Amino acid sequence: MSETKEILLYAEITRSKYIHTVFFELAQKAVELAGKLGDCKISALLFAEPNHLENYKDGFLKSGIDKVYVFESEKFNTYNTELYSKLAIELIEEIKPEIMLIGATNEGRDLAPRISSALHTGLTADCTGLDINEKGQLAATRPTFGGKLMATILCKTLPQMATVRPKVFKPLKNDILRETEFAIRKPDLSEFRAKTEILDFVKTLENEINELDSAEVIVAGGRGVGSPEGFDLLKELAKALNGTIGATRGAVDMGLAPKTIQIGQTGKTVRPKLYIACGISGAIQHLVGMQDSGKIIAINTDENAPIFETADFGIVGDIFKVVPELIKQFEK
Amino acid sequence: MKIALCIKQVPDTTDIKWTEHNTINREGVESIINPYDVYAIEAALKIKNSNQNTEITALTMGPAQAESMLRKTIALGVDKAVLISDKKFAGADTYATGKTLSRAVQSVLPDFSLVICGQFAIDGDTAQTGPSIANHLNIPQITFVQEIVECTTDYIIVKRQADDGIETIKAKLPALICVLQSSEEPSRATINGCKHAQKSEIPMLSMENLGLLPEETGIKGSPTYVSKAFRPIITRTNEKIFYSGSSAAALKDKITEFMAGANE
Repeated sequence: MSETKEILLYAEITRSKYIHTVFFELAQKAVELAGKLGDCKISALLFAEPNHLENYKDGFLKSGIDKVYVFESEKFNTYNTELYSKLAIELIEEIKPEIMLIGATNEGRDLAPRISSALHTGLTADCTGLDINEKGQLAATRPTFGGKLMATILCKTLPQMATVRPKVFKPLKNDILRETEFAIRKPDLSEFRAKTEILDFVKTLENEINELDSAEVIVAGGRGVGSPEGFDLLKELAKALNGTIGATRGAVDMGLAPKTIQIGQTGKTVRPKLYIACGISGAIQHLVGMQDSGKIIAINTDENAPIFETADFGIVGDIFKVVPELIKQFEK
Repeated sequence: MKIALCIKQVPDTTDIKWTEHNTINREGVESIINPYDVYAIEAALKIKNSNQNTEITALTMGPAQAESMLRKTIALGVDKAVLISDKKFAGADTYATGKTLSRAVQSVLPDFSLVICGQFAIDGDTAQTGPSIANHLNIPQITFVQEIVECTTDYIIVKRQADDGIETIKAKLPALICVLQSSEEPSRATINGCKHAQKSEIPMLSMENLGLLPEETGIKGSPTYVSKAFRPIITRTNEKIFYSGSSAAALKDKITEFMAGANE
């Protein structure tokens, strides 16, 4: 008789003390993968401050999670690479999961390679597809070379690890109720001395980086926007569409937008459901950062701008005419 | 203080060739320095400017042609460079690359204080090699570094881009940092730097030099492998209209249609 397999998910707790939404997207995918693997349970790894578990329980009970390994300590008020990776590694060596999935947030991208490297196992970053192949292996598909090629990556060792960005997989549509077991562990950390220490934290008021990762709609501007006031107009449109704003390197270099919202080869790679390119010509360096967006709309005065070749729908026209009229349409 | 600067030459992403094993064929392809590594060089130079007796050694794992990139970094103010090159390193994933680079750091700079990497490489874009090196060296890591606030021989203080804001973090040295792009203008080569670059000997270290075994490096030493590579099929309708009084209404309909389709 073969042993029950296990898929372990990392349950990231944000600084505002809720389970990061990417966890529920991973849970949905894990339920699908577990179904393909056959005899397989789904577990979660949670680092929580004492008495915080009650706040999180509901999220696990409804997401198809069979077991939650809860590590409790006051030291878990903020993420620490050394501490979290040390305990995660010990747990994985003990429970030997088949697969481990982690959200590709900045925290997840810091933690995951530290764990995989210590365990001498493989990790595939930023997967856009996860499946079980005919041999029962995790087939992890990810874009590479700025989205020019897709690669399906297999792992020779266990656990087979992968990270997935927020909003790539759909969250659970309906609750999957399980009798979740909460296994609470109180590790003795009296001897632990972190080599790193957070001295200060400033919450970014307009948390643009995070929003670019999670926004369903991005309104981006290029040199053609011309002025910071032009970007105010794009912000207004983004607001009307419940989205956020982005910029090309050209616009950033002109001082029209902050570097934190730069999209492209030397900026962020984004994949919203809808990308509206305003006054963007469509240089390859920009395209590699947004070409995997669900749908692309372009507004540009130059009818020969290459952006139209990457767009689903385009308007040859002035953004200062089109955008205000469009905002009015949505205000109707 | 000794700084190890781990940088990478990347193929120009517009010109990609693959080997029969579905790994990247780096030979004969136009190569550029990974854009994030430019900021890693800047970070190292900034620390050198404020700390006397700082020596920066650039290391890269790659084919023989990567030597030219190393020479350019010396022209910018890096003191020494080492090329880690061996046919047996081919096909390495981030685990094997981290292992090889960490071994090279230990071998070339046993008394290092700081390792600096770029946060991402634009080809693989995994952001995993830095933490893998840190793990193999058993030192703390700080990723997504935006700015170096202070660096002494004992500790480093940096600003880190967290998911929800900016953390100021202090790490005891030795440590490893992975840097994001900064707003500072990249340094230019100096005349003295160029002279130094011309004269510099760039040693090449092979697998044997590093005391590694074939099963620890390259494709054999990698837990992951590419089973399939394919071009994404993205079809765009390329519909295009010229601005008129009814454009905004048409656009609103399109947006509504697109969002409804995406949420199906």
